[in-house]
Amino acid sequence: MSGKSYRVVGHSLRKKDAMSLLLGKPVYLDDVAPKGALVVKLLRSPHPHALIETIDTTNALKVPGVAAVYTYKDVPKTRFAIAGQTYPEPSPYDRLILDRHLRFAGDPVAIIAAETDAAAARAMKLIKVTYKILPAVLDPHTAKDNPVLVHPEEDWFPPCNVGGDNRRNLVASEVGGDGDVEAVLADCDIVLDRTYHTPACNQAMMETFRTYTALDGYGRLRVLSSTQIVFHARRILSRALGIPKSRIRVEKPRIGGGFGAKQTAVCEVYPAFVTLMTGRPAKLIYTREESQIAGSPRHEMEVHLRLGANRDGHIRALDVFTLSNTGAYGEHGPTTVGLSGHKSIPLYTGGLEAFRFGFDVVYTNLQPAGAYRGYGATQGIFAVESAVNELAETLGMDPTAIREQNMVREGMRMPAYYGEPNNACALDRCMARCKELFDWEHRYPVRDMGDGRVRAAGVAMAMQGSCISNVDVGSATIKLNEDGGYNLLIGAADMGTGCDTILAQMAAECMDCPVEDVAVFGADTDASPYDSGSYASSTTYVTGKAVELACAQLKQKLCALAAQKLGVAESGVEFTPSGVVCPADGRVLTLSDLAYAAQCGSQTALEATVSHSSPVSPPPFMVGMAEVEVDTLTGEVRVLDYKAVVDCGQPINPALARTQAEGGIVQGIGMALMENVTYDRHGKPVERSFLQYRLPTRLDMGHLQVEFEQSNEPTGPFGAKSIGEIVINTPSPAIAHAIYRATGVWHRSLPITPEKIAMGKQ
Amino acid sequence: MTITIQLNGRPVTAEVSPDTLLLDFVRAHGCASVKCGCETAGCGLCTVFLDDVPVLSCSVLAARADGHSVTTLEGLQDEAAEFVGFIADQGADQCGFCNPGFVMNTIALLRDNPDPTDEEIRSYLAGNLCRCSGYEGQLRGIRSFLNSRKEGAQ
Ligand code: FES
Ligand code: FES
Repeated sequence: MSGKSYRVVGHSLRKKDAMSLLLGKPVYLDDVAPKGALVVKLLRSPHPHALIETIDTTNALKVPGVAAVYTYKDVPKTRFAIAGQTYPEPSPYDRLILDRHLRFAGDPVAIIAAETDAAAARAMKLIKVTYKILPAVLDPHTAKDNPVLVHPEEDWFPPCNVGGDNRRNLVASEVGGDGDVEAVLADCDIVLDRTYHTPACNQAMMETFRTYTALDGYGRLRVLSSTQIVFHARRILSRALGIPKSRIRVEKPRIGGGFGAKQTAVCEVYPAFVTLMTGRPAKLIYTREESQIAGSPRHEMEVHLRLGANRDGHIRALDVFTLSNTGAYGEHGPTTVGLSGHKSIPLYTGGLEAFRFGFDVVYTNLQPAGAYRGYGATQGIFAVESAVNELAETLGMDPTAIREQNMVREGMRMPAYYGEPNNACALDRCMARCKELFDWEHRYPVRDMGDGRVRAAGVAMAMQGSCISNVDVGSATIKLNEDGGYNLLIGAADMGTGCDTILAQMAAECMDCPVEDVAVFGADTDASPYDSGSYASSTTYVTGKAVELACAQLKQKLCALAAQKLGVAESGVEFTPSGVVCPADGRVLTLSDLAYAAQCGSQTALEATVSHSSPVSPPPFMVGMAEVEVDTLTGEVRVLDYKAVVDCGQPINPALARTQAEGGIVQGIGMALMENVTYDRHGKPVERSFLQYRLPTRLDMGHLQVEFEQSNEPTGPFGAKSIGEIVINTPSPAIAHAIYRATGVWHRSLPITPEKIAMGKQ
Repeated sequence: MTITIQLNGRPVTAEVSPDTLLLDFVRAHGCASVKCGCETAGCGLCTVFLDDVPVLSCSVLAARADGHSVTTLEGLQDEAAEFVGFIADQGADQCGFCNPGFVMNTIALLRDNPDPTDEEIRSYLAGNLCRCSGYEGQLRGIRSFLNSRKEGAQ
């Protein structure tokens, strides 16, 4: 089914910044930050759990060029959270800028500010610290109620009640459900009881975390940061530094990738503190190593589930319990875990009679986790989709047929998805189209290629959300200029996704003008209208709707002004691309006429600002199919082909939506086969660089093909839902499935490395 | 120490310390297109030409380029402009942080081999990581550039 056709929306226009980016123009933080800033470096704890007994900075301060060295003694004593979330945040306030208590190998011990890199590096070596090493909590299984507490402090504070208790190493805990799971499970022909494990993966965006800070002409703190969340970053800084929000301005330049990593204010507080203390500009650029060991990776989750079904393939009950490891601090801990159930179980709303979903989120002395594309749904979907594949293989059924039998369909209410209605859903068509595209019938059967090489295929479905319902706010301001062009001001953050362009496409569609006539600006807390930021797949759906509504308001203002100038009733004029016309007598006021009229003796501002929030979060849906070739001798896996069909509602810019999908699939392939975050027995992270943390290259991803099956979401702008996150969810379960088909072994723990395959270990 | 480098065709003489990386040197001399993604010769973002041969500037000392010519994307704007629009048409520019290194190596590839197969493209560019695009759009972009060039030649 194809949707409505539009003039600008639904067309694959180039990104507005494409030529700047492709020709290497200086647009990123380190390109545009003024020279001469103090270089900020952080001395980090070598121990996963320790107290600073003594710290002596005397010698470090003597190094020529060192401007300052700060320790826990120098910083404010108010705890805060660095998760970019709407206030009051579900994440606990458990951080200080520097703390005497060090909670992971990588926790900052001291801040060094110097004129040069070399001076800062020298000073770092000269800080003398004696540590009192504490026993560390390194295993999430034994974290809850462990006698060793990661956050024993009295001033630990959860702004929301999410079932956490710092005296139990517990960040959040909950159980909920619908129907009598135990009774339904007892009545099922078959119950699979399985545990699946997803490690912490790094977003590994190519541009590491970085922030520049300075005082502006008014003595306010100007923060230029590679962030997805300018407004949350301002609020976080205000609390952490103890200065009012009106004294802070946060802007973002072009961002070299985020994927959720930059939904946490990972590094902003350090240079900001230096600037406040010294009055001087300061810049902190994380090394790749720092981004790997002290960033904000995916939450490690272990999902234990029981799936009950009848012999005919009817899936009747799902009982899911997730243990999530948030690491040393609680950023995004209470929220990511929710998606592991609420965005996996509803896929099977079709036949489900009961479900239960519970979780514990625990502190450990490991790298704190954060937000990564998929945000918990990825981990939950790996578990649920793998279990459904196991069910199909156990019953000898085609795994696509079992899904067709049980999947959620348009018009259903989804009890496991907060009871929301499924207003627009092409999941069934995605499955049908993907089977056709992939030639499932011929490629599902296992093929022996000789020499121990086996080809096989696997499948998975996925869903996500399109915002945090009743929470996320997107806003847009649209203004008319004297030449008839527009400025579109947003607080959402284009991190390469192309949101500046697609929002301009929507504005151009509404204002009936070429997209070139819409100049986009974002994001700057001083100038942009409030936006929660670019995360939770919300920008197209929420901010996009704000654009649509702001345009409608501006049109109305234009018509009112024109009617007044023409001396007719407002109902007597019409908005057209060339201006406002009075059809009765053919008189026209061009947009330029109106803009000039508003600049002379006028009391009308030709601009409109609208904030939007949605009571629902319509899920996008997707089907992915993988063909792999396994060398059963060496365990080497090659992904030969990956086909996916996505229902993101109306794609606003199909080329950009496709690239999001392809990029997400390749990240998912990395997660399935190679990306891992592990620790040595002293609790130190092993994968400290790209030499150890292997990302997929062009040689690792086979051939990709992505298509769209459109649905029309009534609450979305132009029928759109979201695309940014869902795309990472299908590769892990589909590839694990294909590997089972090839080898006869289910791998329930990611990544599925050649060693694991060759050893036949799960 | 003092070194002189022909940077994008113009001589640049500067005082550097023996451990200055070529990456930092070129960035300090107006070539901000050159990016650092990993510091360990693993991502390809810092690719520049040293005497027309692509090298990873994070792993070359500035001193080693003394007396040689170094080219960055700033010096290849016209040659790049010929094909990067095809990448833009695929939406494969994405965050763009990897683009300069990718464009540099693609220029090197096309100079070496004006009519590469998909496999040759993939293997030549294997050292250029991109976390955003999934690579397929970059490949489609190069392919459609090559196709359009062939059509133009006919
Ligand atoms: S920065 Fe040189 S290869 Fe990564
Ligand atoms: S476009 Fe972002 S890393 Fe390639």
